[in-house]
Amino acid sequence: MNNCEYQQIEPLSLPNPTPPPRPAAVEEEEEKARRKWEVFPGKNRFYCDGRFIVAQQSGVLPLTLGLILVTTVLFFVFDCPFLVKHLTVFIPAIGGVLFVFAVISLLQTSFTDPGILPRATPDEAAYIEKQIDNSGSSTYQPPPRTKEVVINQQVVKLKYCFTCKMFRPPRTSHCSLCDNCVERFDHHCPWVGNCVGKRNYRFFYTFIVSLSFLTAFIFGCVATHLALRAQGGRGLIFALQESPASAVELVICFLSVWSILGLSGFHTYLVASNLTTNEDIKGSWSGKSEAEDTGNPYSYNNILTNCCSVLCGPMPPSLIDRRGFVPVEQSSQTVSMEMVLPMPAAKEIKVVGGPTPSQLPPSRALQVPSSPLPATPLSLTGRPQFSCLF
Amino acid sequence: MSLEEWTHSLQDMRQQAAIAAKVFIQRDYTNGTVCQFQTKFPSELETRIDKQQFEETVRTLNNLYAEAEKLGGSSYLEGCLACLTAYTIFLCMETHYEKVLKKIAKFIQEQNDKIYAPRGLLLTDPIERGLRVVEVTIFEDRSLGR
Repeated sequence: MNNCEYQQIEPLSLPNPTPPPRPAAVEEEEEKARRKWEVFPGKNRFYCDGRFIVAQQSGVLPLTLGLILVTTVLFFVFDCPFLVKHLTVFIPAIGGVLFVFAVISLLQTSFTDPGILPRATPDEAAYIEKQIDNSGSSTYQPPPRTKEVVINQQVVKLKYCFTCKMFRPPRTSHCSLCDNCVERFDHHCPWVGNCVGKRNYRFFYTFIVSLSFLTAFIFGCVATHLALRAQGGRGLIFALQESPASAVELVICFLSVWSILGLSGFHTYLVASNLTTNEDIKGSWSGKSEAEDTGNPYSYNNILTNCCSVLCGPMPPSLIDRRGFVPVEQSSQTVSMEMVLPMPAAKEIKVVGGPTPSQLPPSRALQVPSSPLPATPLSLTGRPQFSCLF
Repeated sequence: MSLEEWTHSLQDMRQQAAIAAKVFIQRDYTNGTVCQFQTKFPSELETRIDKQQFEETVRTLNNLYAEAEKLGGSSYLEGCLACLTAYTIFLCMETHYEKVLKKIAKFIQEQNDKIYAPRGLLLTDPIERGLRVVEVTIFEDRSLGR
């Protein structure tokens, strides 16, 4: 058994080809270091230095927001005073709560990573290619690649994604608008300007449910308002003349309430059966033949469990690490690793492995406590050196 | 040993640990979309590490991920609380999943330090590969002498 001891290395005392020592090297690293969102291959846009992610085309998100804002503002300005006077003060309160819920969940749906899968690294892609080629000839264009897995005693076909260079996990689909594979892909929603997937489905569901309540509530209140004004034989026309904004709200709400309520109902069905819109449309589990025992292998066969797992389950993390730093690959520096690592003299460094410029270990393995790039694998042009004593 | 001697020995050695190969442990989907990795022992690692040891590592990883994604009282509570606050608590609170991910990162570091690094192997945290694979880097086995 090799008995490796880790030795101290004094960076400043080592002869280095590039003067000056570590501060400049560190600065160069910092200047060149870019965040991962800047080099993201998919068609997404990022705001606030990678904190928010949206699809390339915002779709009709401004329209959605505008409609909700305009309708609600008109409601508060023109209908609420009358209703508060004649009915109750709870009306604007309830309206306010529903409005806040709807807008917050809309913004969260739009700006949250839906569950984008990062593309395969070149090594990974090569490994998978090798495995596919091993099972067939590779002299010309191979047939579409699929892999079969058995999930809960049911055969599911996994497709190979040529863009992301990997076999898509189950329930993952590639969105052509965003050019990403999204986990538990539901659909790409233009109203929200983003894909709806594993991570933002609960926000989307909250949005459509709260919006349907809001629309129905405003519709009901406006209708009540107009009815109260038209009382005493004065007629609807008179009421509308007194409060023309109500007519606008009535039209908007009437037109949208059916579609939004319908959508909420449809998604409630999907949540209860643990399906995605994608699967429902394709009829993946509808049972094409009587002989085959096809059913949704992901369902818990219990409505409550399905609902809880989809809406109240643990929140998975974002896999694309937008704000992490891109490893600086193949930089022109010839600085050896000891120079790049800024460390105080008394600290011990653990030289664990020797990566080539394009293959970088995670920063944790290098254990550099004072590294300027805490989230990144450090880039190393020179190969580091094992220090083992037997 | 003095510092100068150590410096010279480093320069003399210049034994660079090159990467011989990389093995990717794929996901195991037999239980659905929960994050589990295959415990099948890859043939490339036969000469480097004990099969039992490796399977133990993967099994512990699987258990940790299962803990992160577990549906139970505490996760439902977190979910309901989040829903009631219009999910704004996600901005200030660390989720259960994130806490377990930190545990996993520490576990992988420990495993690397104690078991894999001495054998010239390196495990990459699956979160850095989109929870798709466990990447095992195999370094060339050169005996380093002075």
